[in-house]
Amino acid sequence: MKGTLMTEVRIAPATKSSPPASAAEETPMIQIERLELFYGAKPALKGISMTILKNRVTAFIGPSGCGKSTLLRCLNRMNDLIEGVRIAGSIRVGGADIYAPRTDITALRKRVGMVFQKSNPFPKSIFDNVAYGPRLLGQRGRAALEGIVEKSLRASALWEEVRDRLHESALGLSGGQQQRLCIARAIAVEPDILLMDEPCSALDPIATAKIEELMEELKNRYTIVVVTHNMQQAARASDYTGFLLMGDLVEFGETAKLFTTPGDRRTEDYITGRFG
Amino acid sequence: MTEHTSRHYERELQELKEKILLLGGTVEEMIASAMKSLLSRDAGLARRVIETDPQVDAGELEIDHHCLNLLALRQPAASDLRFIATALKIVTDLERIGDLAVNTAERSIELSKEPPLKPYIDIPRMASAAAEMLHRALDAFVKRDPDEARGVLAADDAVDKLYVQLFRELLTYMIEEPQNVSRALGITFIAKYLERIADHATNIAQMVIFMCEGRDVRHPAAQDLVAREE
Repeated sequence: MKGTLMTEVRIAPATKSSPPASAAEETPMIQIERLELFYGAKPALKGISMTILKNRVTAFIGPSGCGKSTLLRCLNRMNDLIEGVRIAGSIRVGGADIYAPRTDITALRKRVGMVFQKSNPFPKSIFDNVAYGPRLLGQRGRAALEGIVEKSLRASALWEEVRDRLHESALGLSGGQQQRLCIARAIAVEPDILLMDEPCSALDPIATAKIEELMEELKNRYTIVVVTHNMQQAARASDYTGFLLMGDLVEFGETAKLFTTPGDRRTEDYITGRFG
Repeated sequence: MTEHTSRHYERELQELKEKILLLGGTVEEMIASAMKSLLSRDAGLARRVIETDPQVDAGELEIDHHCLNLLALRQPAASDLRFIATALKIVTDLERIGDLAVNTAERSIELSKEPPLKPYIDIPRMASAAAEMLHRALDAFVKRDPDEARGVLAADDAVDKLYVQLFRELLTYMIEEPQNVSRALGITFIAKYLERIADHATNIAQMVIFMCEGRDVRHPAAQDLVAREE
C-alpha cells in the first residue's frame, strides 16, 4: 500500500487482544464510499472510502485543515447547515444511505449523537440537561425520565459526583464534568453512534483520562468516532485510526499497527513529528 | 529521511545512534585486541582488553538511560519507536560481546603461560568472520539497510560450522594426550566465545530488519504460536 491512497473500501481486520470473539464483532456500522465535499469550489474531502466498525473506537487524526472534522460532521449531516457545501458519494449508517432525500434528519441525529470540543451544557439543571433530548422526543413521565437521567449519568461516569445536586445548574460543574454531562446528554436518547470532535482539548490530563476511560466503557454499547489533535490520545483510546491529509484519507487501519509500522511515508512523517 | 520538527528530538535520536556506534566500535576493538593478544601471546594487551570492560558497562547504562528518557519524554512512534526499541535491545548484545571479548582475553593470558599447542588457523578465521558480522550489523543499523542485515544472518552458518570443525579437532588433541587437555579446553572456550559473538551479531541484524521493516524475523516457529494466540 506504500505510496498509494487507500481510497478503496476496506474493513480493517480486528486483532486487538481483548474483545470477546463473536460474529457480531466485525459488523460494519458506517460505510463511506467515495465521499467528496466542497466548500464552494474548494475540495475539502477528496473521495474518501472507509468502513467504521460497530462497537469500536475509530479516531481521525491529521493536521489542521486536513478535513477530519469535516468528515466527522458528514456522519450526522452537520455540514448541511453550512452554506455553499456540496457533497458527493455516499454514507450508509447501519445500511441506510443518510444522504438519501427521504432521510429524516432528526431521526439521524438521534441515532448519531455528537459531543463537541467545548462542552456546551444548557443553562439549566444537570437533570434537565440530560432529560432534554428524551423530553424533545416525547418522554414526559417523571419516573421514566428519572430512570433515563440516572442511567445516562452512570454510563458517563458522572452519577456519583452529581447525584446529590441533580437540580443545581450544570454550569457549576468543572470542565471535565461538563464534558461528561454532554456525553450523558448525548447518550440519553440512546444513539447507536457517538461522534466526538476534540472532546478533550479543553480538559486537563486527569479529566482527559476519565473521558478516555469512558470511551473504552461506552464502546461496548456504542460505536465511537473521535477527532483528535492529540496523537497520543488516538493511540491510547482508539482501535482504528484514519490519517487524513489535505482531504485525502492517506491511511486507515488498526491503531497499534499505524503507530508502530505505518504503511505510508506521510503517515510516518506526521506521527513521528516530521511534518511541515 | 525528513528531519523532525523538533530539532532537540532529532539531536537526541542522533546522539543515541552515536552512542551505539561508539560502544560498537569499542567492542569491535576488544575482539581484535583479544585475538591479537592470543596470536602474539601478549598478556599485556589481553589485560588492556579486560580493563576496557567497565567502559562498555558504563556505555550500556548510559544508552539504557537515554532510551528510557526518550520513551518517557517524547512518546516516539513508528520508525522512531522501532529505532529506540532496537537500540535498547542491541545494547545488551553489545555488552555481552564485550564480556565475551574479555573472556577471550582471560583465556589468552592463561594460554600465554604455556607453550603453544598448535598453530592457530581456524580461530583467527572464526574471529574475523564474527567481527565482520558485527561490523556489518552495525553498518546496517547506521544505514538502515535491511539487506545488509540479511547478509549478516546468512553468514552465521559458516561460523557455526567452523566451531563444530574446531571442536572435533581439539577433541582429538585431548584424547591423544591428557597433557593437552587444559590448553585444548582453553582454545575450545575461545571458539565457543567467538561463536556466541556471531550469535549476538545475528541478534543485532535481526533487530535492524525489525527497525527498518517493522517485521519481526526472530524465532519463526514461535511467531506462528504468537499468531495463533492472537
